[in-house]
Amino acid sequence: MTNMKRRTLLKGSLAAGAVGVAVGSGLLAPRTVLAAWPKEAFEANSVDSALNSLMGQSQLEGSDKIEIKAPDIAENGAVVPVSVETSIDDVESISIVAEKNNTPLTSAYVMSPRAEGFVATRIKMSETSSVIAVVKAGGSLYSTGKEVKVTIGGCGG
Amino acid sequence: MSLSRREFLQMLAIAGMSGIHLSGCESGSSTQKQPGGVKPNAASSNLYDIPVFGNVSVMHYTDCHAQLLPVYFREPSINLGIADMRGRPPHLVGEHFLEYYGIKPGSREAHAFTYLNFEEAARTFGKVGGFAHLSTLVKQMRAQRPGSLLLDGGDTWQGSATSLWTNAQDMVDAQLLLGVDVMTAHWEMTYGAERVLEILENDLKDKVDFVAQNVVDRDWGDPIFKPYVIREINGVPTAIIGQAFPYTPIANPGYMIPDWSFGIRDERMQQMVDQARGEGAQVVIVLSHNGMDVDIKMASQVSGIDAIMGGHTHDAIPQPVVISNSGGKTLVTNAGSNSKFLGVLDLDVKNGKVRDYRYHLLPVFSNLLEADADMSAHIESVRAPYKEKLEEELAVTDSLLYRRGNFNGTFDQLICDAMIEEMGAEIAFSPGFRWGTSLLPGQPITFEDLMTQTALTYPSTTLNNMTGERIKVILEDIADNIYNKDPYYQQGGDMVRVGGLRYAIDPTAGIGNRISDMELNGKPIDPDKEYVVAGWANVNEPLDTRPIWDVVASYLRNQKTVNVTELNTPKLKNVAGNPGLAKSFQQ
Repeated sequence: MTNMKRRTLLKGSLAAGAVGVAVGSGLLAPRTVLAAWPKEAFEANSVDSALNSLMGQSQLEGSDKIEIKAPDIAENGAVVPVSVETSIDDVESISIVAEKNNTPLTSAYVMSPRAEGFVATRIKMSETSSVIAVVKAGGSLYSTGKEVKVTIGGCGG
Repeated sequence: MSLSRREFLQMLAIAGMSGIHLSGCESGSSTQKQPGGVKPNAASSNLYDIPVFGNVSVMHYTDCHAQLLPVYFREPSINLGIADMRGRPPHLVGEHFLEYYGIKPGSREAHAFTYLNFEEAARTFGKVGGFAHLSTLVKQMRAQRPGSLLLDGGDTWQGSATSLWTNAQDMVDAQLLLGVDVMTAHWEMTYGAERVLEILENDLKDKVDFVAQNVVDRDWGDPIFKPYVIREINGVPTAIIGQAFPYTPIANPGYMIPDWSFGIRDERMQQMVDQARGEGAQVVIVLSHNGMDVDIKMASQVSGIDAIMGGHTHDAIPQPVVISNSGGKTLVTNAGSNSKFLGVLDLDVKNGKVRDYRYHLLPVFSNLLEADADMSAHIESVRAPYKEKLEEELAVTDSLLYRRGNFNGTFDQLICDAMIEEMGAEIAFSPGFRWGTSLLPGQPITFEDLMTQTALTYPSTTLNNMTGERIKVILEDIADNIYNKDPYYQQGGDMVRVGGLRYAIDPTAGIGNRISDMELNGKPIDPDKEYVVAGWANVNEPLDTRPIWDVVASYLRNQKTVNVTELNTPKLKNVAGNPGLAKSFQQ
C-alpha cells in the first residue's frame, strides 16, 4: 500500500520531516541558526516564564484571526496532532503551548516575511490541558486556545 | 406560496412541538397508538400498521450487539443529563419519559421504552428483538415502501458468544440475509483492521456500503473508508454519510487499529454534506455512531443534513429531536439497542427538497412477529456447532439481572462479586458497557447469557495494586467521560461498575471534584495506601490472562443460585429532581 511505503520511508527521518522541508525552503529558521537555542524557554515550568524567556513578554491578546485545530480527546497523548493557521499579517513567529505540561512550550516556529501563517505538528501532552497558539506579529502576542482532553481510555459503549 | 427550506422546516418543528397536524397529514404521532394493558396478540395488527407516507423511506437499526435471538432488555432507571442535557432527550427515564412522550403507563410501549414494572411487563409482553423477527418486520415495511433503504448503525458484529467464536461471520451473514444496504461501525473495529478490511472485501463488496467519513490514515489523513454513498430511492438521490464512533481508539484497544485515526471531524462532515449536495443529493442523512448528545451538538454545528440517525448510547427515542443550525433544521433520531427497535423514517421529497416527514420507532416484540424462516435457519446453523456450550446452565437467578444504567446494574454486581472472590481482590472494576441483556427471576443463567455481558476480543482480567489516589484519578477520568458538560468530550458508555469500593459522586461538578467519600469496608480510602484491584477489558496492551467469562462462570457454577438485591451504587449528589433519575430512586 502506498501509505505503508510512505510510512516506512519516513520512519527513520520523521523527526526531521516537516520542519526540515520548511527550513530547506527558507520559510523557517532552524534552531541551530537561531542566535541561541532558547533552552530556558523550552525548560521553563510555566506559560508566562516560557513566553517571557522566548519573546521577552507574556501579555496575550485573544484573537479570532487564529485557528487552532486539535482533537477534542487525544487518541495518544504522546503524539497529539495540532495545526495553527492565522490570517494576521506579518507573522514573526508561531508558538504552541500545552498549559499543563511540566514544560509548557512545545514548539516555536520563527517565520520568514514571505511565509504563510500556518504550521502543523505533533505535541506531547501529559494531561488534559488547554493548548494555546501564540502568534507574534508587529511586536505583540496574539493567542487562541483549545481544550484537549487526555484520558485513561477504556470503558466505552 | 413558496417556502424556503429553512422556513418550511421551522414550521415543521413548531408543528411537531405543539402536536398540531400539518396539512395533508392523516397520522399523528407514533406514540399512543393503542390502549394500554391489551393482550399481546390483540395489538399485533395495530402496532406495525403504520401508514405509508412520502416517497423516500429509510429504515434504521443500531447497536444490536449480535443478539440474533430474542432477549429481555431493561431500559435504564438512571440516565442523568447534566448542564444543557438535563431533562432533555435522551436523559429521561421511567415516568419522566412517559410524561414527555405522552405514553400510557402500563402499555406495551411503556414497557418497550422504560424500565417501569419491568419483570411483570416482560412476562406479559414477552421477549424483544431477534433477527428472525426483525427480518419479518423489515420485509413488511419494505413491501409497503418499495425502494427503501435499510441502515445498520454499527455494533452489529460484537456482543455474543457466536459472533466472537465465528470472528463476526455469523453477523455478517445475518446482515446480508436481512438486506442491509449501508452500515457504519464501532465495535466492528475490535476484530482488528485486517479482519474489517477482509469482510469489506470478501462479504460486503457490492452489497453493503461501509461508510465512515471520520476515519483517516493516522499519518497522512487519507480516508480509509467511503465517506458516503448516494443511492436513488424512487428516483430521489439520497446521500448516506457514515460517522463511525469517534473515540474508538480510546475507548477500545487502539493497537487493534494502529494506523487509523478517528475523531468527530465536524469540518470534514460539512465538506461531505456540501459535496454530496453538489453531486445532486436531494436528501442527506448521516448514519451515526456518535451517541445522541454528540449527534444533537453536531446537528447544531453542521448544516444541510436532513436527518442524523444515530446510535452508540443505546437510547430508544420515539420522536426525532429537531435541531436548528445555520442552514435550517436537522432531525436527530436514535434507535435503541439489541435489535429491540426498528426506526422508520418516511420523507416527502418534492422539487428536490424534504417537505415533510413521519418517524416511527417500532419495538420488535418477538411474539407479535413471525420468525422469518430463512433467518431462523441461519441462526440455527450458526449455533449448532456450539449448542452444548451455549446452553450450559451455570446457575439460576432468583432476582432480575440487567446491566444498563449510569451505575452498577445487578449483572455487573455479579461480575464484580465474582472477580473479588475468584481473583482475591479487595476492589473490582467492571467496564460501564451499555450492551448486555436482562434475565428474569427464575431463569437459568446460561453460558450464552454470560457471554452477552462479556463477549469481546480483549477479555483478559487484570489484578493490580493501586494507591487510593490512583483509584480516585480513574473514577474521576471515567466520570468525566459521561458527565462532561460538552458532549464532544464524552465517550458514551456508563460509569465503571465497582465491587467493594463505595463512593459518592456529584455529576454536576467538574473533573477532579466529582468523586468523594471513598470507602472500603467502612474505612475511608487512604490516598497513599495500595489496594488490590481486579479489572477486565484492558485497552492498553494484549494480555494472556484468564478471560472474564471464565472467572464469572466458575463463580456461578459454585453459587448454583444467585440473588442480587443490593446494588453497590454510589451516593448521588446534586441531582435530586433530575428527570434522568427514576422517581423511585430519588433521595
